[in-house]
Amino acid sequence: MSLSASLEMAKATHTGMVRSHNEDSIAIDGEIGLAVLADGMGGYNAGEVASGIATALISSETREALVSQSPHQVDTNGSPLATGLLRNIISKANTSIFQSANSQPQYAGMGTTLVVALFCNSQVTLAHIGDSRCYRQRDGKLEQITRDHSLLQEQIDSGLLTKEAAKRSQNKNLVTRALGIEPAVEAEIHTYPAQEGDIYLICSDGLNDMVEDEDIEMTLEALGANLQLAAEQLVQMANDNGGRDNISVVLIKVKKDFPADEGLFAKFFSWFK
Amino acid sequence: MAKLILSLDGQLIKDFTLSKERTTIGRKPHNDIQIDNLAVSGEHAIIMTILNDSFLEDLGSTNGTLVNGQPVKKHFLQSGDTVEIGKYKLKYMNEAPANMSQADFEKTMVLRAPAAAAPKQEVRNPTDTQTNIQAISDTGAAVAPPASAPAVAAKPAAAPVPPVPPAAPPMTPVAAPMGTIQILSGPNAGKELPLAKPLTTLGKPGVQVAVIAKRPHGYFITHVEGANFPVVNGKTLDAQAHQLGDHDIIELAGVKMEFFLKP
Repeated sequence: MSLSASLEMAKATHTGMVRSHNEDSIAIDGEIGLAVLADGMGGYNAGEVASGIATALISSETREALVSQSPHQVDTNGSPLATGLLRNIISKANTSIFQSANSQPQYAGMGTTLVVALFCNSQVTLAHIGDSRCYRQRDGKLEQITRDHSLLQEQIDSGLLTKEAAKRSQNKNLVTRALGIEPAVEAEIHTYPAQEGDIYLICSDGLNDMVEDEDIEMTLEALGANLQLAAEQLVQMANDNGGRDNISVVLIKVKKDFPADEGLFAKFFSWFK
Repeated sequence: MAKLILSLDGQLIKDFTLSKERTTIGRKPHNDIQIDNLAVSGEHAIIMTILNDSFLEDLGSTNGTLVNGQPVKKHFLQSGDTVEIGKYKLKYMNEAPANMSQADFEKTMVLRAPAAAAPKQEVRNPTDTQTNIQAISDTGAAVAPPASAPAVAAKPAAAPVPPVPPAAPPMTPVAAPMGTIQILSGPNAGKELPLAKPLTTLGKPGVQVAVIAKRPHGYFITHVEGANFPVVNGKTLDAQAHQLGDHDIIELAGVKMEFFLKP
């Protein structure tokens, strides 16, 4: 079942004002309700390679997997199949990047952050690694749903730093998890109910380091009716504030609920009830 | 690496590099920074250093610790802070590494935190198969490593914040004239709308909406929604942003308005 009637998606990515090239990579697929964002790191162009492998492999593998599976069904542990599916695919991407990094000296040590959002059955399953984020705008309020895997976030959690003090830290951009730099990685995966009117924002730190949350909220509120313009406006604001890093933005708006099609079997059995 | 410069009455005594995770300050000789003066407690204060950040904590000293004249219990040190203990002053200096060239800024790299700077004590180590087997539960949020745990990977390229590369100066408009909209027709004719926020939307949602973005180099109008595009000085705009000039006339959702700059 195509989700394009229920979900609207827009994306924008920019090198920023300082960097020489864009190591971010994004992919969206409105049909299957998938968005992938990766912020690569590594010398020369290795960062782009890592983030490129991540987005390409995850989108193609997910598309393929969804042909034979319905991600909203639950497994024997009661977690949605989407969780296991994303976990496997992310693990494959990790292996692929790790192996390239170890077989080709110019890619040594490359890695990437990752956010994957898979929409299904009026829910969104979010997987993330590192400090790229997903926010949700609901009823005019912006809320960060992912929590960074970063040194600063850990210091905030332990009470050493306040959120305000963290802005003055010299330890920015230190992530505690990344895709492709170890033989295995664990993605953090959660599933949330999605509501009509929700806008999901997935971004690299080039956005949230340069633009205050309240300005992001205002932009989504003012320009929610024109998602592409909203995405471009966010990138522009980051650049107007200095654009110190690559900036990538994916926006997903829930136009209407998208309950899963129960399938032929379910329909067939419901006849006999 | 951050430094503390100890002085008394303007006389430099010694400087200390904050190379350890814990640097102790006090009167007793076992302290890393010993200040042999009766106004200083035996164990007076401690500085915790995590990579490039340092935190000062008073250890319940008799006479207290001041930072920039204010008494503190715990304080996140910023470069240039002056710590006062008794009559002694400790100036905290933490400049971003000067040897980082422009090229380094632009390249994002993966760095492992050196074992010495941050002892490896991760709770879940991805190379540890045991943890991995356990980790096949639904959430990965369960355990946060202690704050002093090492960063697995570093993206230092954008890390040093203070020296903004010249290519990207923070473009804050300096006392720029404030853009304002005055409504010329319709029931609200005569009303003024200051464009103080970064974005101001105009029009009727669902019918026709345009947005005016306040940017460092001026005000830009862009079509947001509706079949009709805004008209500026008699010309219909396309989907691109259009920079507004002083006294431009905008027509939107049947209403005429004038944009002008208030000095």
